[in-house]
Amino acid sequence: MNKFILGKKLGMTQIFDDNGTVIPVTVIQAGPCAVVQKKTIENDGYTALKLGFEDIPERKLNKPEKGLYAKVKVTSRRHLKEFRTDGIDKYEVGQEIKVTDMFESGDKIDVSGISKGKGFQGVIRRFGTARGPETHGSMYHRRVGSMGAGTSPGRVFKGKRQPGHMGLDKITVQNLNVVRVDGERDLLLVKGAVPGPKGALVTIREAVKSRK
Amino acid sequence: MDVIKALEQEQLRSDLPVLSIGDYVKVHLKVKEGSRERIQIFEGTVIAKKGSGLKETFTVRRLSYGVGVERILPVHSPKINAIDVVRKGKIRRAKLYYLRDRVGKAARVKEKLVSK
Repeated sequence: MNKFILGKKLGMTQIFDDNGTVIPVTVIQAGPCAVVQKKTIENDGYTALKLGFEDIPERKLNKPEKGLYAKVKVTSRRHLKEFRTDGIDKYEVGQEIKVTDMFESGDKIDVSGISKGKGFQGVIRRFGTARGPETHGSMYHRRVGSMGAGTSPGRVFKGKRQPGHMGLDKITVQNLNVVRVDGERDLLLVKGAVPGPKGALVTIREAVKSRK
Repeated sequence: MDVIKALEQEQLRSDLPVLSIGDYVKVHLKVKEGSRERIQIFEGTVIAKKGSGLKETFTVRRLSYGVGVERILPVHSPKINAIDVVRKGKIRRAKLYYLRDRVGKAARVKEKLVSK
């Protein structure tokens, strides 16, 4: 895992490719990210880079955060995230990483984000279970089915799909195509949808399962 | 949001004529055959326009050997080489879907004569 960056989902649109085919794309404001810390084997037992993304007014930081950014001489950032990687030698603390350094069009990527919250949902919307008949005296419409057998086992098994809170989970979409990388505006155009609402933080990594 | 608007703005085409519903048009389409590219003309009546901005599409209908053929094309598609508006149509509704149920003389759209 050597390609990664933090970004902000801006929304979706469509673009025409060279053949004139319409491609649905998600526009992501990716980077620039500052290297805030390098984790080394000697100090931490593993190697990783800690990146900071999105500028924020300094008055919004608390004292420990102010201290951190002053120490590494980086402008204040809203988000911090660590990425495990072997190639930390290429980077220096305080260095800015741009999209163009990491990705190019045609790359396969995995995008993670926090999905939109859906609130308390029933079992049909949450798990896609079947609905009962609406008429003919059914009296069983959108309810949970099969709450366990009788005396044996005498309980409901764990993991039984029931109503509850849906959404607001960390979701990763794998193997998305990078359609275009815009270095001037720090944009990453990804084919297809990406989890989360507009303005949400997304993590972009090189695809784990890509078949090249 | 502004970035997305800017991205869409870049792709808009201003070199093509603005189409109206009922127009009889000749659409010059670029067709790729292997490595060669040639122009294919599709002509017919514009029976619908949908969407706005970059996502706007129009539907062209024609009768080909007695079979109705409709093509839905993005207004700003780079596949379109040129559009000729042969004649303007005089119409009273925004979607001419009723033409689908008609053949021959009944499937005509009255011409709108533009005063000089």
